[in-house]
Amino acid sequence: MNATFALNMRQAGNALRAVYMRELAAYFLTPLAYVFIAIFLIALGSFTFQIGRFFDTNQADLAPFFLFHPWLYLVFLPAIAMRLWADEARGGTLELLLTLPAPTWSLVLGKFLAAWTVAAAALLLTTPMWMSVNWLGAPDNAAIFLTYVISFLMAGGYLAIACALSAAAGNQVVAFVLSVAVGFIFTSAGLPVVTSGLSATFGPGLAEAMASFSLITHFEAAQRGVLEMRALVFYIGFIAVWLALNAIWVSARKGG
Amino acid sequence: MQALKVDALSKSFGPRQAVRSVSFSVATGETVAFLGPNGAGKSTTLRMIAGFLEPDSGDALINGVSILSDRTKAQLALGYLAEGAPLYFDLSVRDFLGFLARTHGLNSAAAKTAIARVAEDAAITDVISRRIETLSKGYRRRVALAGSIVHDPPVLILDEPTDGLDPNQKIAMRALIARMAKHKAILISTHQLDEVEAMCTRAVLIDRGDIKADGTPAEIAARTPSGKLEDAFHALTRPEKAA
Repeated sequence: MNATFALNMRQAGNALRAVYMRELAAYFLTPLAYVFIAIFLIALGSFTFQIGRFFDTNQADLAPFFLFHPWLYLVFLPAIAMRLWADEARGGTLELLLTLPAPTWSLVLGKFLAAWTVAAAALLLTTPMWMSVNWLGAPDNAAIFLTYVISFLMAGGYLAIACALSAAAGNQVVAFVLSVAVGFIFTSAGLPVVTSGLSATFGPGLAEAMASFSLITHFEAAQRGVLEMRALVFYIGFIAVWLALNAIWVSARKGG
Repeated sequence: MQALKVDALSKSFGPRQAVRSVSFSVATGETVAFLGPNGAGKSTTLRMIAGFLEPDSGDALINGVSILSDRTKAQLALGYLAEGAPLYFDLSVRDFLGFLARTHGLNSAAAKTAIARVAEDAAITDVISRRIETLSKGYRRRVALAGSIVHDPPVLILDEPTDGLDPNQKIAMRALIARMAKHKAILISTHQLDEVEAMCTRAVLIDRGDIKADGTPAEIAARTPSGKLEDAFHALTRPEKAA
């Protein structure tokens, strides 16, 4: 039993690394990652300066910049994750992948981590914004760092949804549309307009419960410089649940 | 010891019974044809052996290891070329083989040696740096076969390896399989009877999910007055009908 467990874990590690490197190459050896990162940065800059009115606030902080992270993740991250499993189904390579000597969860994790690395690269390339506010004034760098960390975790949440739905849909376009729709539900559940509406109709208990499942609720707390353990637990748990669904939907695609 | 032992595998899709209690075995040094018309249950059986499909009942032992209870260990001993020879077209041949070598636990040095070995065996050394999408169908099939043996498995399952190849490519593929035959247990799914007579020491004939015959090609052919394998195939199987 111990030998079997050890072999499974060793093979899981081998497959995870191989799948991660293969997917990372698929992103960075094609225009996909570069186009995504470039458009993401242009969009984020435009929103921050044009709609967020970064300079008009006269404050050395990144609030107008972080404000748009969830909304851009909602649209952009499904675009990089939608191919991950749908492409395998379309190209017939799912059978090749799922007959490798490795547990399904290691393949799921390898693909997810590759997509998350692309998101991390995009986020890392926004740090000149952080340098700019330090040049303009004296921002709360601890709060900004914390918000970056939570933003990265939140990106993982949106990606996990998109990875899972890529496996469930088996078609890139359907996966993209479903991921945006589901992501929107998990974003808007924390918006004041939704929580106040729910509170008025069903009472504050349901509104609070819904808001606690929103990807932006804990992100807003981080922007205030508050590190909540439950925020970390929420995002990690959220990613784990969607990756578990991903593994289940991949296994279901075997037809067994 | 039988390198591959298939024990009463059964599988249904909804009301349709695709495979019904199929049992047979393949010893090291044997090349066994898994023969049957389209829709007979060949690919379903092979997918259950490879661990891609979960059987309703039964089991498959690969090198004595159950695919159901010790899937990873069983799959490490298996080389599987799926129907249609799936490949990652965006990768070079070397990267594709490297990916498969790493997933089978080979370190960098071992992977490099294994890639050189299978590239030589499959006669793909001249295209090793090319992207798979630029290769001809014959080369792609050989790359897929090279991928299935990169970890040097004792058991090899090939699902219609020569399907769609021209006569020259078929000859090259058969020669490659014949070179590996001495040291491996090979199961080849096919519905091409000339291939069975040319390459296989034994044939297992399946139709509508049931085993109809298991013996040497000559023994099966002898079941009909003409003594031809083609006539035995016709006599033992029925044309495919919609489910």
